[in-house]
Amino acid sequence: MLAALVIVFREVLEAGLIIGVVLAASRSVFGRNSAVTLGVLAGVLGSIIVALFAARISEAFDGRGQELFIAAILFFAVLMLAWHVIWMAEHAREMTQQLRRLGSDVAAGAQSLFALGAAVAIAVMREGSEVVLFMTGIVMQGKETASELLLGSSLGLMLGAAVSLVLYLGLAAIPLKRMFSVTGILVTLLAAGLAASAMKMLSNAGLINVLDTSLWDTSWLLSENSWPGRVLHVLVGYMDRPTGMQLIAYVITAGSIFGLAYSRRTPAAAEAQPTPSLSS
Amino acid sequence: MSLFLPWRPFALFRKSFVPLFTVTLAAAAGQGLSPGQAAEEMVVEISIKDHKFDPDAIKLPAGTPVKLSVKNLDASPEEFESKDLGFEKVIAGNSSAIIRLKPLKPGTYIFFGEYHEDTAQGHIEVE
Repeated sequence: MLAALVIVFREVLEAGLIIGVVLAASRSVFGRNSAVTLGVLAGVLGSIIVALFAARISEAFDGRGQELFIAAILFFAVLMLAWHVIWMAEHAREMTQQLRRLGSDVAAGAQSLFALGAAVAIAVMREGSEVVLFMTGIVMQGKETASELLLGSSLGLMLGAAVSLVLYLGLAAIPLKRMFSVTGILVTLLAAGLAASAMKMLSNAGLINVLDTSLWDTSWLLSENSWPGRVLHVLVGYMDRPTGMQLIAYVITAGSIFGLAYSRRTPAAAEAQPTPSLSS
Repeated sequence: MSLFLPWRPFALFRKSFVPLFTVTLAAAAGQGLSPGQAAEEMVVEISIKDHKFDPDAIKLPAGTPVKLSVKNLDASPEEFESKDLGFEKVIAGNSSAIIRLKPLKPGTYIFFGEYHEDTAQGHIEVE
């Protein structure tokens, strides 16, 4: 039972932390809750589908399917989170002043909500598919301990959700004005961490053979296997043995999001200017 | 303006992110897919039965890429995981997976099955 509890808790926590941060980052965005709920539902559905086709995915591309699939969805999640951070930077002022439902902004908000829901769906799908596989394993073994394991799994699920909720409440307690910069930074680093993980996947698939050895090893100080290590890995992309490529992906992703969010943040007067950036 | 505003994020990504990532990926993939590597790859077979690895102790030479072919003979899925090797890979029941190890430095690398950590334990000795 304990093993099931730990595994499910771990996976739920990993997805839950992302959801907690994303929820906090989009506080006061109209329609956020339904976007996140839809994202979770889509993610659960996706988990089941991915688990069903696990063998098929794994065998694809000469045995590289799983890595490529995860890398692809991670990069997609990075784009969605980046989009969200930048959108929030553009609209933070209105958000804090609670003037969010003005004409076009609702439409733009809906787009940002799509990004939000998609990022949540991916987080749930990635971790959820592992839970589904683990659970099918339990059911298949058909041992008498199955009910015990299922109990452990449900406890793990609840515990993971509870810890994520604590994180969310902690972030939500930050005053609104400062919170957007805090969560913006957090989502940015989270996205950078996902980009680094995606790089690792490409490297494991054998598609990257340069700068693929670890630069340093801080596992003696803080192991990625430990609970604090895991949490930091999800929240800010902590890696105890990063490769050169992972570091590059991390820095480029974080740098681009920060740069774009900073350059597009709402200056007091520029609000009404149409963007010329459409023609290219 | 109201017509265009919603699409601004797309334009933004088209202009900056997508090319950036594409270039990074292309560069990485381009360098990674250098020819002549598959020629003399070493393949080591590991099977999982009753949630145990067989063999569970493997000796490998340092500095050569090795393909681990992991066959899961159990009906239930397993997750091959190794923090030391930097791998985490789900292997469905009655199927197999390939793990492409980069050239390794001498040392001991522990791997395990995440779904049955109490029994599924193994290590690689590189010398």
